[in-house]
Amino acid sequence: QGQFTLLRDTRTDGSFLVHHFLSFYLRAGCKVCFVALLQSFSHYSIVAQKLGVSLAAAKERGQLVFLEGLKSCLELLFGEEEQPGQPSPLQFLSTRDLRALFDFVRVSLTPADGDSWKGPVLLVDDLGVLLSLGAAPVAVLDFIHYCRVSVCCQLKGNIVVLVHSNEDSEDEENELVVNSLCHHSDLILWAEGLATGFCKDVHGQIKIIKRLSLRQAAEQDLVQIYQYKIQDRNVTFFAPGLSAAVL
Amino acid sequence: LVFTEEDKYGLYSNLLFKYFLAEGIVCGHDLFVASAKQHPDNILKELPAPLLDDTYRKELGDEAAAVKSEDFQDSMKIAWRYQNLPKMEASPTTYTKFGHYYDISKKMPPELCQSVKWHSFYLHEELSFEPKMEAWNMNSGYARLLQSIQRTISQEGFDGSDPQKKQRNVLRIGIQSLGSVLWGDDVCCSDTPEDPHSLTKFLYVLRGLLRKSLSACIITVPAHLIQNKAIMERVTDLSDVVVGLESFIGSERETNPLYKDYHGLVHVHQIPRLNSLICDVSDTKDLAFRLKRKLFTIERLHLPPDLSDTVSRASKQDLAGSAKLLSSGCGAMAIGKKHLDF
Repeated sequence: QGQFTLLRDTRTDGSFLVHHFLSFYLRAGCKVCFVALLQSFSHYSIVAQKLGVSLAAAKERGQLVFLEGLKSCLELLFGEEEQPGQPSPLQFLSTRDLRALFDFVRVSLTPADGDSWKGPVLLVDDLGVLLSLGAAPVAVLDFIHYCRVSVCCQLKGNIVVLVHSNEDSEDEENELVVNSLCHHSDLILWAEGLATGFCKDVHGQIKIIKRLSLRQAAEQDLVQIYQYKIQDRNVTFFAPGLSAAVL
Repeated sequence: LVFTEEDKYGLYSNLLFKYFLAEGIVCGHDLFVASAKQHPDNILKELPAPLLDDTYRKELGDEAAAVKSEDFQDSMKIAWRYQNLPKMEASPTTYTKFGHYYDISKKMPPELCQSVKWHSFYLHEELSFEPKMEAWNMNSGYARLLQSIQRTISQEGFDGSDPQKKQRNVLRIGIQSLGSVLWGDDVCCSDTPEDPHSLTKFLYVLRGLLRKSLSACIITVPAHLIQNKAIMERVTDLSDVVVGLESFIGSERETNPLYKDYHGLVHVHQIPRLNSLICDVSDTKDLAFRLKRKLFTIERLHLPPDLSDTVSRASKQDLAGSAKLLSSGCGAMAIGKKHLDF
C-alpha cells in the first residue's frame, strides 16, 4: 500500500513486467489507471488475454481507465476543436505542461460513489516517451511527485512506472529522470540483458531491490538476482546458472 | 515501423527502400512515397523488376546443384562434434511463398507501376503549412508530411473509416532520408539542434497513424550524421524494427580479407515485440549483405577459416574482436577472446 515500484530495463525489453503488473492488479480487484504511451490498446489486450485477463471487460465495468497515448495524440493533432472544459491529457505537446495529464490521473483514480475496488493503482508505460515528446525532465519528475502525493499518500494506492536506461547512455535527460526515480522508489525491478550477450534459453536477468533503507535509517537494501526466460504465456524465473537448458 | 540507419553513402539503404516499394507494387498495395531529396516520380521509375517464378527458380536450381556436387558427406575426423550440427543455410535456397525476388539489373515495367494507386510527397513541391499546425511545435516539413499521410489514410479508407469499402488494402509508406538537412531539420549537422524533439514527435505521431490503419512504413535516416546520440536512443525506443546498414566502402574493412565476400554488415538493433510477450528471435545475429549483379542478398556472416600460420598479429586481433560478436554454430572457427598459443 502506498508503494512506488520502478521497472527499469537495460539492454533488453522490460515490458513483460508491465503486462504482469497490469494483469496482477486487475485480478486483485484494484482500480487501475493505465497510462499506455507506447503501444496500442489491442497489443496490451491480446497479451493480457494470454495471461487470463480481459482488458475490454475491465474497462467496461469501470475497473480499468485506459489512456491510449497514440490515439489521444492523433485526436489532439488531427481532431476537431476540443470541447471546452475537457482538455486532452496530452496537451503538453503544445503547452509543455504536464498538469493536464496529472489531472486526468487524479480524476480517474479518485473513488466515485459506489466504487468497491480495492486500492487505486497507477501504471505508466513508459515514462521516457514523455521526454521524447518534449517534456522537460524536471516537469516529468514534478508530475511523478504530484502523482505520488495524490495516489500513494492521499489515496493509499500504488504506482508502477517503466523506464529505460542504458549504460554509457548519452541521453542525459533520461538518466537524470531514472536516477532520481531510483532514489525515491520503494521497490526496483531491474531487467537486464545478459552481459555475455544474447542467449536463447536465458533472456536476461532481473535484479529485485527492496529499498528498506528508505523507511528505516539503519537498514540495508535487499538485493536479489534471478534469471528469466520469457515464454508465450508466462515467464519462468530461476537462480542464476540454473536455467533448464543447463541442468 | 521499420527504421533503417543508412550506410555512409546511402547506396545500400536506397536499395532496401526500393525493394520495399517494389514488393508493394507486386502485392497490389497502395504506395505513399515521401522524399526531400529525389522526386518520388523518379524513385518509382527506378524500382527493380520482379523475377518471375520460373526464371528465378531455374537460376536457384542451378546454383544449388553446383553446391551439392562439391559436397561430399565426408565424416569429419577431427571436428567430429560439428557433424551433428544442422547444415547451415547461408542464403535461402528453397523458394518460399513469402515475398518476391527482384532483379536489380532491370527496371520495373511501367505498366506494373501504374497498376497500383500511389501518392507522393515531395517536400519542395508542397504548399506552405496551415496555421493549425503552429500548435504542434514541430518542424514544418515533418508536420506537412504527417498531414499528408493522415489525409491519405482517411480519404482512402485505410483506417476503416469508410464502411462501404469492401476490399481493404494495405498502404506502404516509404520516407527517404528523414532527418537530413533537406527536411529543414538540423539534427544531422549540429550537436545541439534547435528543436531536438521534432524527429521524435514525428515518429510518435507516425506510430499512432500506423497503429490506427492498415499500413506499414519504412524510413531511412542518415544516422551516421546525427551527432546527438540521445536522439538515436529515443528513436530506437519509438520504432518497431531498427536495422542498420554498414557498408565497407571507404572503411578499413574493405580490404580486410575476413570480409572479402561481402559488401557490408547488417545490424539488427531491434525486432518487434507486438501482441505477445515474446519476440521472434532468430538463431544468429550476425548478418552481412552483398550486392551481386542481379541480386542483393543478406546472409549469415561466415568468417573464412583461419588456416594460415603467417597471419599477422593485427588481423588476428581483429578476428578476436569480431569473434566476440559471433554466435555459436558458426562452423570451423575456434572462437575466443584471448588466443591460446599452444
